[in-house]
Amino acid sequence: MHEMTLVAGILEIAEERAREAGAARINTVTVEIGRLAGVELSALVFCFETARLGTMAAGAELVVRELPGRGRCPACGADAEIDFYAALCPACDGCLQVVGGRELRVASLDVD
Amino acid sequence: MCDTCGCNQPPDAVTYRKPGGHDHPHRHGDTEHAHPHDHDHGHHHDHHHGHDHSHDHSHEHGHGHDHGGGRRLSVEQDILRRNDVVAERNRGWFEGRGVLALNLVSSPGSGKTSLLERTIRDLGGEIPLAVIEGDQQTLNDAERIAAAGAPVLQVNTGFGCHLDAEMVRRALTELEVPAGGVLLIENVGNLVCPALFDLGEHAKVVIISVTEGDDKPQKYPAMFAAASLCVINKTDLLPHVDFDVEACKDAARRVNPALAFVELSATRGEGLDGWYRWLRDRRAAAAR
Repeated sequence: MHEMTLVAGILEIAEERAREAGAARINTVTVEIGRLAGVELSALVFCFETARLGTMAAGAELVVRELPGRGRCPACGADAEIDFYAALCPACDGCLQVVGGRELRVASLDVD
Repeated sequence: MCDTCGCNQPPDAVTYRKPGGHDHPHRHGDTEHAHPHDHDHGHHHDHHHGHDHSHDHSHEHGHGHDHGGGRRLSVEQDILRRNDVVAERNRGWFEGRGVLALNLVSSPGSGKTSLLERTIRDLGGEIPLAVIEGDQQTLNDAERIAAAGAPVLQVNTGFGCHLDAEMVRRALTELEVPAGGVLLIENVGNLVCPALFDLGEHAKVVIISVTEGDDKPQKYPAMFAAASLCVINKTDLLPHVDFDVEACKDAARRVNPALAFVELSATRGEGLDGWYRWLRDRRAAAAR
């Protein structure tokens, strides 16, 4: 259950950025979460809805953009979209190495 | 609110203790440190102001005119930034002292503490060792480590499910870690959350015991993907359990082809040579 840690990080980054820009209120927080980042999205949204209270994002919506897992085959160099760590290369059956899908990022804010 | 996990515990619920008492004098420090909000905010702000201001302004102007009311701010920041910044500080701390830092992760009950006790007894005279013990509650493991003869600090995370970089940074202010030595960080028993939190360590060592399922690497791939070494413990029990060592290794290699393995029994002392060899090699590399 580390989703609350992530939400605390999201809110800290969002409030800091909004304050710097002189915004009064955050309406939307858009985050990018890789499919292999180990995040339970429903838990993330649930935590956000609790933790946002009392912040500049008290009425904000959390928009989650899921990024696909990407693997590269060390044997033949093929790229493939994956949704699991231990995926096999579609071209040669080698073990794909994860090259994308672990992202945990605040992408943008909509503010007033 | 606690930002360590999903609980509502106050941040000062995390405690730092050494065996043999003296917890009360430390309580003050705890509160300060466990509230990285107070202190760190100032620092972060300074940094980001410098960088972002020019950006902000150009964005704000353009958007302000087009949309009137609401506007979109680009952010593009890692959510774990605060942890990762502190982890980098810890890494520098280790590098400056030539200390090899290892993050030991596993399910509860895999034998992490037994392996540390044995390692301290066998190698303590050769390599200076120090230990950070992470558990939700109790001083039990720290007492075992102290009895084995190494300096130790117990971090109790309250309801927290993992150690984070700030807890290790804080622990380093109280624990004497000898220069050129090895710091063994025993994480909270949990194969999920600790995978996500960089402590500034050189390597993660994942420990699995043969009383668990040999399909653990498939069930918890993130942890096996993040580790450099996999210790398969309690091999003395292999005749009594249905655990296929090769199947376990194959499953782990599929998520991490570079993973190294050591099979041992910490309580019986079998196979420890491989672990000690790996430890010496990594220590030599860290001292360079």
